[in-house]
Amino acid sequence: MKFSNRTAVVCAVAMALTMAGGTAAAQGKADDGLALGRKMLAEDNPGDLWVERGQRLFTERRGPKNASLEKCDLGMGPGVVKGAFAQLPRYFTDTDRVQDLESRLLTCMVELQGFKREEIVRNRFGTLDRDSDMEALVSYIGAASNGLRMNVRLTHAKEREMYKAGEYAFYRRSGPLDFACVTCHGESGKRIRLQELPNMTKAEEMREVIATGWPAYRGTHSTVRTMQHRLYDCFWQMRQPDLGFASDLSVALTTYLNHSANGGEIKLPGVRR
Amino acid sequence: MAEPMKIRALLKGDVADIRVLVAHPMETGQRRDAAGALVPAHFIQSMIVTHNGKPVYEGQWSQAISRNPVFAVRVKGAKVGDKIVVSWTDNKNDKRSDETTVAAG
Repeated sequence: MKFSNRTAVVCAVAMALTMAGGTAAAQGKADDGLALGRKMLAEDNPGDLWVERGQRLFTERRGPKNASLEKCDLGMGPGVVKGAFAQLPRYFTDTDRVQDLESRLLTCMVELQGFKREEIVRNRFGTLDRDSDMEALVSYIGAASNGLRMNVRLTHAKEREMYKAGEYAFYRRSGPLDFACVTCHGESGKRIRLQELPNMTKAEEMREVIATGWPAYRGTHSTVRTMQHRLYDCFWQMRQPDLGFASDLSVALTTYLNHSANGGEIKLPGVRR
Repeated sequence: MAEPMKIRALLKGDVADIRVLVAHPMETGQRRDAAGALVPAHFIQSMIVTHNGKPVYEGQWSQAISRNPVFAVRVKGAKVGDKIVVSWTDNKNDKRSDETTVAAG
């Protein structure tokens, strides 16, 4: 009696293993189980707390100049946040630069509110001990474009220049590991451990990952991370020199990525491992 | 000053599904900061949910609960428009109370 029970258990385990193996092979994806977990997480995305905080930070009078960001022009006119994420990066005449959301916010916080640039850059990424205002603001402005589609236009010569530079950097191998972005993001079904890597040479995957990707709440970081952080981390993973916050290279890559994601329906903040 | 919670209360049949996003550091007292100093424990100790003023959940929480936790309870016999109040008190005697009304699911 005892023996047959045990046999039954062993059979059941073996069957479960076979089934699990079969599923993984058939779908060729590492994280189908994780996908379910992510879906459950997205229903209660802690990133929504950052959206609320970002909204407060945007409308509150802050900084040495005691001003809100309601005069900040993100490309849709002063203080307009709806649709701003969808059309960034773009060229701004006042700074004579192409700027992404983070670098534009940096300009506004320095020019309008009188914050020190170095201070904001130092606090660009939140830690467990200190939340980052930048991460909250980006969450709020990203979420304000929810339901809209990515629509980055390359009308100005400098925008086209940035796009070209970004595309070049995306494919250019360099550094001690001879890595380019495309090394990890050029094939579907690739992953690092259990983390699936989007194939960014495929428009469909690009649209999905950009329009629903960053800003995203990262469970392992207990905070929202922005595109600038994602790129910074990719550069670290490639053992490249540190990618400067709001640097031309980071904006160039964002211009290339966001333009390639045109048409993707925005749903932010995302939620990630 | 504590950040506000985000509360959703959706009615499914006669059961209200209440989901709460809580903004709280929930420090365990085990973590060290960048300078190597121990970060003092700071966590929610008491969590109370009331339905039209009547307590439906009273919990004693601990450090074991994650930072910025997601918390969900189901309340039987709820109706659209019922008032749900969620309140917590942490070990530093910080408090926060937020409310919402039950919406059709």
